[in-house]
Parts: sequence; structure tokens; C-alpha cells
Amino acid sequence: MMSYQYLLLLLLSLGVSAVEVQRPRGVPLSKRQFYEEGKPFTCLDGSRTIPFDRVNDDYCDCEDGSDEPGTAACPNGSFHCTNAGFRPAFIPSSRINDGICDCCDTTDEYNSGAACQNTCRELGSKEREIMKEMAEIAKEGFLLKQQLIQEAKSGLEEKKAKLAEVQVSKKDLEDKLEALRTVKETAEQPEKEAKERHLKAWEAAIRLEKDKAKMAEVFLELDDDADGFVSVADLLTHSELDPDSDGSFTEAEAQGLLGGVDKVDTAAFESVWNNIKEKYVSEETREPVPENDSEQYPEEDIPEEEEDDDEEDEDEDPDDGDYKVSPVRISIRFMKDDHEFLFKTKFICLSFRYIYRLCPFNRVSQKPKYGGSETNLGSWGKWTGPEDNVYSLMKYEHGTGCWQGPNRSTTVKLTCGKETVVLSTSEPSRCEYLMEFTTPAVCQEPQSLYPDAHDHTEL
Amino acid sequence: MASVLLLWLAVCLSGTWAVDKGNFKTCDQSAFCKRQRALKPGESPYRALLETMELTNTRLTLQLINDNNKVRLLLELYRLQGNITRVKINELKPLKPRYEVPDVLIREPPTEPLSLLSQDENGVVLSLGAESQRVIVSARPFRLDIMEGRDVLMSLNSRGLLAFEHLRMRSFEPLRSKEEEEKVEDGMWEESFKSHADSKPSGPSAVSLDFSLPGVEHVYGIPEHADTLRLKTTDNGDPYRLYNLDVFQYELYNPMALYGAVPVMLAHNAQRTTGIFWLNAAETWVDISSNTAGKTVFGKMLDYVQGSSETPQTDVRWISESGIIDVFIMLGPTPKDIFSQYASLTGTQSFPPLSALAYHQCRWNYNDQKDVQEVDAGFDEHDIPYDFIWLDIEHTDGKRYFTWDPHKFASPKEMLQGLVEKKRKMVAIVDPHIKVDSNYKIHNEIRSKGFYIKNKDGGDYEGWCWPGSAGYPDFTRADMRAWWASMFAYDQYEGSMENLYTWNDMNEPSVFNGPEVTMHKDAMHGAWEHRDVHNLYGFYVQMATAEGLIQRSGGVERPFVLTRAFFAGSQRYGAVWTGDNAAEWDHLKISIPMCLSLGLVGISFCGADVGGFFKSPSTELLVRWYQTGAYQPFFRAHAHLDTPRREPWLFGPENTALIREAVRQRYTLLPYWYQQFYQAHQTGEPIMRPLWVEYPQDPATFAIDDEFLIGRDLLVHPVTEEGARGVTAYLPGKDELWFDVHTFQKHNGAQNLYIPVTMSSIPVFQRGGSIIPRKLRVRRSSTCMEHDPYTLYVALNPQRTAEGELYIDDGHTFNYEKKEFILRKLSFTKNILSSVNMAPDAQFSTRSWIERIIILGASKPSKVTLKTAGGQESQVEFEFDASMSVLTLRKPGMNAGVDWSVTLQ
Repeated sequence: MMSYQYLLLLLLSLGVSAVEVQRPRGVPLSKRQFYEEGKPFTCLDGSRTIPFDRVNDDYCDCEDGSDEPGTAACPNGSFHCTNAGFRPAFIPSSRINDGICDCCDTTDEYNSGAACQNTCRELGSKEREIMKEMAEIAKEGFLLKQQLIQEAKSGLEEKKAKLAEVQVSKKDLEDKLEALRTVKETAEQPEKEAKERHLKAWEAAIRLEKDKAKMAEVFLELDDDADGFVSVADLLTHSELDPDSDGSFTEAEAQGLLGGVDKVDTAAFESVWNNIKEKYVSEETREPVPENDSEQYPEEDIPEEEEDDDEEDEDEDPDDGDYKVSPVRISIRFMKDDHEFLFKTKFICLSFRYIYRLCPFNRVSQKPKYGGSETNLGSWGKWTGPEDNVYSLMKYEHGTGCWQGPNRSTTVKLTCGKETVVLSTSEPSRCEYLMEFTTPAVCQEPQSLYPDAHDHTEL
Repeated sequence: MASVLLLWLAVCLSGTWAVDKGNFKTCDQSAFCKRQRALKPGESPYRALLETMELTNTRLTLQLINDNNKVRLLLELYRLQGNITRVKINELKPLKPRYEVPDVLIREPPTEPLSLLSQDENGVVLSLGAESQRVIVSARPFRLDIMEGRDVLMSLNSRGLLAFEHLRMRSFEPLRSKEEEEKVEDGMWEESFKSHADSKPSGPSAVSLDFSLPGVEHVYGIPEHADTLRLKTTDNGDPYRLYNLDVFQYELYNPMALYGAVPVMLAHNAQRTTGIFWLNAAETWVDISSNTAGKTVFGKMLDYVQGSSETPQTDVRWISESGIIDVFIMLGPTPKDIFSQYASLTGTQSFPPLSALAYHQCRWNYNDQKDVQEVDAGFDEHDIPYDFIWLDIEHTDGKRYFTWDPHKFASPKEMLQGLVEKKRKMVAIVDPHIKVDSNYKIHNEIRSKGFYIKNKDGGDYEGWCWPGSAGYPDFTRADMRAWWASMFAYDQYEGSMENLYTWNDMNEPSVFNGPEVTMHKDAMHGAWEHRDVHNLYGFYVQMATAEGLIQRSGGVERPFVLTRAFFAGSQRYGAVWTGDNAAEWDHLKISIPMCLSLGLVGISFCGADVGGFFKSPSTELLVRWYQTGAYQPFFRAHAHLDTPRREPWLFGPENTALIREAVRQRYTLLPYWYQQFYQAHQTGEPIMRPLWVEYPQDPATFAIDDEFLIGRDLLVHPVTEEGARGVTAYLPGKDELWFDVHTFQKHNGAQNLYIPVTMSSIPVFQRGGSIIPRKLRVRRSSTCMEHDPYTLYVALNPQRTAEGELYIDDGHTFNYEKKEFILRKLSFTKNILSSVNMAPDAQFSTRSWIERIIILGASKPSKVTLKTAGGQESQVEFEFDASMSVLTLRKPGMNAGVDWSVTLQ
């Protein structure tokens, strides 16, 4: 038995070493110098020295497993596959000759009878293709991101400008009102009737102006994506506008409010405004911002850019007049100084039984496809990615409670993609949901990607 | 998985977390139990009519008469092979036949001749063959005493509690003069519990008998109860109840019924072990009382000093709702005799595929194929071995068993093939409740064949379970079971493959809207009421399923079927787990006595949900549970749907490493476990066994249930206390040595040893005098380790000898029945370790070899010589650790299946 094993090992190792740099089976090139043919071998942990013929003799002599890099004898050993054409790899030595092909170059199954095919070349080219594709996506995604940042910036500017206009016109109106009051007061003696009529007319005019100002403001607030239109989707965020208040504000109902069209511009919004102003609740009053919004971000991430300063200002002065650029404020979140951001948009993902809805930085919800009420799967909590990539995971917490279980919560996993879409939603654990979400917003600068992609494929 | 419908109980449960006892009957709420328990010990109204005695070569028959109502009974008495006495009592002329349990006994037990020793008008004395054992039948009042020499081993009806409610017509029953007979009590002809009515068409039919056990203070068995190993007296509470029930969030340390029932009790003292097997499948209650129960140790001492001590005695009393009295009295005298006596009646533990002894990963539910694939990959990524991944009810298409959810499990064969490629396997659940749905093939066939259990009005019985409205196939019918088995054929069970095995849950049966969450007792199984057969239902479900798995492979492959409900004989069909436990320390602790009790009555393949089913374990509890489960026969992690994920790598690298290590210890010991199962399959001895089974004369072991033995050579004292810094283990045997398997530290027997522990500690000891084979090359599944070499652990006793066995076969087929296996006897004596063939007529070859021999308690040799069959000799290198007296022989290299010897010089 023993001699048979020796012979087999000898034969096999001869066979392999003919095409590769001479070293014992399972040893990576980088450790070749520790295994010198014919010289006593010292375990890599230095614990003992053994004759060289005990290296790979299918008996574990070293505590650290280093004497058996090519056999399964040591419980803690590891085996190096060269995998020419693909990536080299270490596998636990328990996977040597277990009848399962682990190394694409088949070198782990040299004595098990398993019929392994060398798949390294295919894997290599497949991987290169995927890498290429990913690099492509990253590149395009990164461009898209830049573009989006630009758009968002100009949108912000535009809104600020409009805001300034509104503020100016409001100021004008107030000035006028003031002037009229003065006029009224100086004209002390007109007839009472005339005076009252006069006053009423003016007050109505002022109300109208005020209403118009409010309308403009609301338009901005509603127009989440700053495209100059208020759409059905925009309206749907305001469930208080539900005409029949039945708890379900449908798209049809929203469309009804918009006069039967999908979206309206500023002019057409006037008639819409008349329909909704009684019910409308500003996003500011509806969803109070967290007490200290910036608290959610790591300190070092508070950006130095101007835009961000603006954001901070707005955040911290919630009582700064009646005028808010709230839609703008909420729609863009600057993360880190490389301007990663997300839109305030709703992303919908259908599973075969439920519709899942993600409103970034707001909440995640689930609704049965065939009727039934919506369930809150969590409200925006915090970034929970690993230290080196904090913005790869979002956590939405404190959703509707589960019977005997926790409150529902959702983890959103962000990956770089050309589109901003929710790819899938699952519930790995009861009431703990997982959403996979792609967006250009997390795309890295392409050159930093896979620096090793084409290295190490050969030895 | 399982458990009862959440909605039903949610209301009752809000706030507290425990069983809702109100859902289950107390003895007082069960009319027959109340009636029977009201009878107090005293003079029995039964009299033996000696003139009716007939004695043939195989049996004695005799009529008994109840002097109160003149109803006659027929007593049959048999002497069975292997020191068993069978006592059967039925009505002499019942109105209609009374139920006698079929299919549980593996055959009609062979008898041995009885001979008449003496007879007079007071009774007869019969010889039970050897050892001066006799049965004395006393006539007035009737009683039976089984004697050995001058000692009474057991007495029947000595307290006069024999009661046999004869079948009667409801309205024509003549009134008797005696009080207790004339009144028609409540609950005789109908009773109700909560909103459920039981129509009781046969009226009262209970049977009851008492047994006295002189000299006995310890009784065990009658699982399933969440209670201590040693049974308690029941004088101050309810009797132990045997009635298979789906108990939602069961409570510990009480006599309430659980999922399974084995009506077997063992009685033990330092001189003798006896057993009582009460073969009755109806609802049964067991009362236990003891004349020493209330006494303190001091009180007992005082008795002794004063010489006024009466002999300690335990009295038990069995009460069943219907059927007959059919009792097997197993006379031991040793614990192992009891196991072989019981095995001769009901068979032994089935021999499972080796992989079923490895680690099982379960959860209600792995959500879809992707989930399964990711969990599978997670084990490889974290280098933790596992053999089986399990799918609970959500894998089906709308809880229609034998189907797959078309979205989540669209291509089951692809998934199973993925596991095949890793040499791993899967278990999918198949419950016995069948969705009532005319588009469901299984339902349509059962309905059209008339295989459903019927309700009292003759229609198909319907109850609520997971699928909503469900029918329950009548598994008591052999033709139904044959049909069910055929449904496991690969062409019938779509998406199934060779590596898919089965789990039968909810087979008590669980009926969410039934009385006590089970079936109405007046449902009909052909001519029999559900009342008669209830405790057999789960037994039959597993029987039919196991048969299906055997048949699908053409009789080649061993099945693996897990069941929750069980009865006597269930050991023949697979594994049992302790049902829906909870992630609490007390539930971890109770897993030991629960499995020990099952092992004592033949069911060795037992485990508890690792981690606890309900609730979420702390990390410490989870780790400790893995460490305990790794040393119990059935090793499966499982979790409720509502709990957070708990795959082993989700608790940080440190805990992943602790769990990995526990699982790896299990895998290194698989050769030993497999050998234990082979032995259990041959002998019926428990695998996980209480200490007293091996040390029957040491009273210190009689009540121990926080540690246990695996076979006779490994002693395990798992850490089951939160925050433990140490455990105290009792190491039995005053002439024994015990070696810590991790440190090789040697300890003397007959001592309480304090063992300091850390989170990585699993206190395990190998008995000096034993040889245990292990495979140290732990791979990702047990199948991957098939050809790997062995390391032999030879632990020497004070006489410097040791012995053990090594069993090897293909690990998964029935070919071992055709003598395709290797069975070696390993022995160490006079400094020679040798392997000899114990089964010369068996043939098998293995590629496995002996890579290492570790001798504990050795002294340093100067030379070690290996001699193999051909007479060749070679020197074996060795290392000696003088501080621990451990001798390691390096790579002797011989094949594990051949003769060899190693000589230390």
C-alpha cells in the first residue's frame, strides 16, 4: 500500500513537473523557495524540520499543514491551483481528491477518478468578457452620474432662481398692499360703502396673488424631477389629495385631478391647484425632517462644496420664512465629496405576488398585486455598507411589525449600473427584505476598477 | 417546521410565551381517565375462574369474572422466547370486536412452553422456565405475581385496579345493585371539550391495570414528554399522558402529551431491570406512585437504622380509552436484556445511510432555488461541512405535497443536480394532510379510491391544516400505504431524484380546528374509530413513506425519513425529532432526557432542533446548541419562519469558527456513529444512552440526565448553562479510566470531575479500554470522505488493554444485508494491537487505510513493528508525548479491511 502510494505520487508529480516550474504539488510559486528538493523541510511555522520525502507523502507532520500542500492529509492545509488561463486560487486541502472538481485546471483531482475538464480558458475568457462589460457599465455609469450631477445642479440653480422670483413678487405684492393700506388710511373720509367695496376688491386681489405665489411654490414642491411638469407620479406622493379619501390614492384618481392628462405644466396647473389646494399639505409639514439630518452621515462626508453648504443651511433653518426649496433639498443627497447622489424617485419592482416600491431616503413598501393594503417595509434609516464602502447598503427600518417577530426592515443593496432600477426584491428572513438596486450614482471612476483584471492569468 | 396555525392561537398567546394548556385535556377533562382514576386501590372485584383454565403447550387461558356485574373476561398468558411474559385480557364475549394493535410487532412472538407447578383452589403456579421464575395466578381476588426465587419481580392487579369497561348497548343496560355500576356517568356516551363534541358511539370502553414493582425506585421511558429522564410520581398532579398531539410551544417538566407515544416503561434497581410494554394505541394515561417518593434521604436512613423500613416500591397504573389489555412483561435482568427483549417484539433501529448521521441544515423556509444555492455556497465559503439541506412546506405549490412552487422552485432537478455535484442531498417535506382541491392529482386519486378517513357520518373527514381544508388519508389501510409508497416513484413525484429524501411532519395527525388540535375520535378508519388507532397514525405515515423511498430505488437504497409523531416500532422507519422546541437554555437541556428516553424504548435516531425552533437564540446559546447537537444522533439545525436567519456564519468569525469546530468534530466521529447505528440495528441497544445502562449497579448514575454516553465508549457532558465557567461531570466506574478526547488528560472513574470550560469546550471523554476509529480529514460532505484513511484512538484501561470495532460498508444500500461489509475486531492486549475479522462470511473491500494510531495511557516503546497478513513485517515510526503518555504511530498505512497487528516493544 505504502509503496504503491509513493509510486503513484512520484509518477504523478513527475508528470506535472514536466510542464511547470519544479516544485511540490500544491505549492504556489511565491513559496517555492521553502521547498527545496532533497533538503530537509522546515514547517512554515518553524515548528519542526522533516526529511524532504515527507513533503506530500500523505501524512500530516506540520501543525500548520505546510508539509502537505498537495494532499488532503492536513486538516488546515491549502492547495494552490495554477489555473493557467484563469485566476490562480488556493483551496482548502480537504477539497483535494474529493471527487469534486474545484480547480479549473483539474489539478485538485489527481487521484479521485473524477472526470474533470480543464475549463480555465473558457472561464478566463468569460471572466474577461464580464470584466469588460462591467468596465463598460462602470464607465457609462460614471458618465451618467456626472451628467446627472450637472443636471441636478442646474435644476437646483433654476429652482433657486424661481424661488428668488417668487420671493421678489411676493415682496412686491406686500409692498403694494402696504402702499394701498397707506392710501386707504390717508383717504380717511370716503363713504363707508365705497370704502368697504374698495377694500374687499383689493383684498381679493391680494388673496389671488398670494394664492398664485403659493401655487407656484407648490408646483415646485410637487415637481420632484424638476422637469417643469407635475405628473401623476408626482401627485401620488401626496396621499392627502386622494379625492375619495379611501386610503388608496390610485393613478386614475391622480389623473382625474390633473384633468385627465398625465402631466401638466405651470399654466395648466392653475386649474389643478383649485382642485387640490384645500387638501394639500406641504411636504415640509407632512414629513418633518429628522431632528438633525446631517447626523445620518459620517462627519468626514459633509462636503465642502457650495451646493452642500446650501443644503446644510436649508436644513438647519427650517423656520426661515414660508419659502422652502424642499423638493430640491430632498431630491438631491450629496454623498461624499465625489458627488454620489440619488434621485427622489419611486422605483417599482414586481414579484409574482407583490409590488415593491422603493422611495429612496423615504421608505420601502409592499402591496399585493391583486388588491389589499400597502405594508410599510421600513423608513429610511442609515447607510450600512462595510467600512470601505458605506454607500453600498441602505437600511430602511421600523416598518410595520410582524406577528411574534421584528418590525419589518429592508436592506437595499446598491450596485453600479447604467440605469436606475430595482432588480429584485426578496425576503431572506421573515420580515427582513432585501432589494437589489442598480444606479449610476454608485459607479466608481472606471480606472480604479479591477486593477488586476489582466494580471496573474499566466505564470 | 410546523406548529399549529398561528391565527387560532395568536389570541390566546398574546403576552405570554408558553403552551396554552387550556387547549389540551387534563385527566379530569378526559371522561375515561377521570372515571378510572376515581377508582381507588382496594379489593378487586375480579375473580379467576380456575375451573375454566386451559393450559396448552404455548399458553394458558382462564376466565375472569367481575363479581359486581358478572361480566366475564378472558385472560391469556404466554411465555415468550427471551424471558418475556405476555398477558392479554379481553372480554370473553364482547358485543363487537375490540381493537387489537396490528403491525407494531414484527411477527407473532414465538412462545415457549409453560408448565404447571402446582394448583389448588386459591390459584395456580406456573413455571417460566429457567432461573426459578414462576407466575402465581391468585384466584380471589385475581392477581398475578411474577417471582424469581423468593423475590417478587412484578405484581399485576395487586392494588385491585384492573378495570375493563365492557361494551354495552346504551339504553338496554340492566341496572346493577352496586353503586359504581348502576350510574351512567357523564361522558360515557358522549363528551365534549371546548367546542368539540365526541359522539362515542360505542360508549365506555376503557381498560386499566396496575403493576407493582417491589424494590424499584427508578422508572423511565413512556416518551414523549418534555421531562426528566427519571419519571416522577404523579400523585399530586396529572398522570403522564400518551396521546400524539401537535402542542404549540410546549412547556417543559410536565407530563403533558407531545407528538409521539411509546407505551414502554423500564424499571430499574441495582439488581435488575424490567420492562412493561402496554400495547394499546388509544389515548393512554400512566400514573406512577412510590412509597419512598416523599421521603428524604434522612427519612430513609432513619427507616434503615430503625429496621422498620418497608421495601421501596413503585406502583404504576395504565389507563387506556379503548382496545384491550395486551402487556409484555420483559424480565431483563440486565438493561441490555431488556433492549433485546423489546427489539425481539418491535424490531430495531433502521440502519440509515451514513450521510444521514452527518449535519443537516434546515429552515422554514429556504425561499427558492437561489436561496438554496447561496446557502450551499455559504457552507463552502466558510468551510463548514454539511450533507443535507432541507425544504419546509413553502417549497410546495400551495401546500400540495409532492409538488413544487412553480416560481420559487421552477427546476427542482437542476437544484438537486447542483447538490449531487457537491455530493450533498436534500430533504423535502411531505405531510399527510392533503389539500382538498379537485385540480390536485393526489387528492383526486385518494378521494376516488376512497382512501380518506371518514367522519362519523360517512363522508370524507375534512379538517384545517396548512393548505386550508384538507383530507387525511387512512394510513391504517395497507392498500392506502401501498398506493402512498408508489407516489414516491421518480416518475410519480415530479422533480424528485435519488438525493431527495423525505420528512413527515404534522402526522399526529395535526388538525388545526380539531379537538386538541387533532382528529375527532369518532372519525372512522373502516370499522374502527380514530379513538382506537390514534397513536398509530404517525407510525403508519412514516412506514408508508419509508417504503416508498425503498421501492423507488428497486429495493437497493436505504431510506431516510424523519417523523414527528411516532409509536412503538417507529424505530424501524427512520429518525424522530423532538418537535417544535424553542431557543431557550432549558430547551437545550431537555433535549438530553428527551432523546435518552426515546433511546431506551428503541428509538435511537433522535435529535432536537439545533438553535431552537421558536424564537431567536443568543449567539452563545446557538454555539452551545451546535456543540450539544454534534454529539446527539440526529444533528439538524432548524428555525421558525418568523425568526431571523441563523446560518452558522452570520454571527461573526469567532462564532463561525466555534460552530465549524463543533460540526467538524461530528464529522471526524462519523465512523464511530455509523458503527453505533450498525450495532443498534443489530441489537436494539440505544446509541445515546443513560449512564445507568452501562453502570446498572451504580445508583449515582440512576438519575443523571445532563450527560450521556454514545455507545459505551464516549461520555459527553455538553455545556448547557448560560455563561458557564465549568461543568461537573460524573465519570462512572470505579475501575475505569476516562480520557479527555481533546487534551488526552486521564481521569479516574467514580468521581465528580469539575471541568473548567470556555466557549470552545465540549467536554467529551473516551473510556479507557476502548478503541474508537475516526476520520480526521473532514471534507465538505460525508460522502466526500468515503475513501479517507482512519485514525484509531486506543485508550488503555488500567489493565493496559482495549478493544473496539470497525464497521465499513458502501454507506447507502441494503447490500450489507447480503453480507457486503467489513467488520473488524480491534484489540489491544499485551502490547499488541490487532485487527481480526469478525465477519469472515462477509465480503467488502475498501480503499481506506490506517493513517495513524494514537494510544492513550501508553508507555514509550523502543520499537514498533507492523505485521500484515502476508507475514511481512515493517517498522513503524512513532512519537511519544511523555507528559500525557500519548504514543502516536505514524502512518502504518495498512488497508482498513485486512488482518494486521502492531507490536510495541
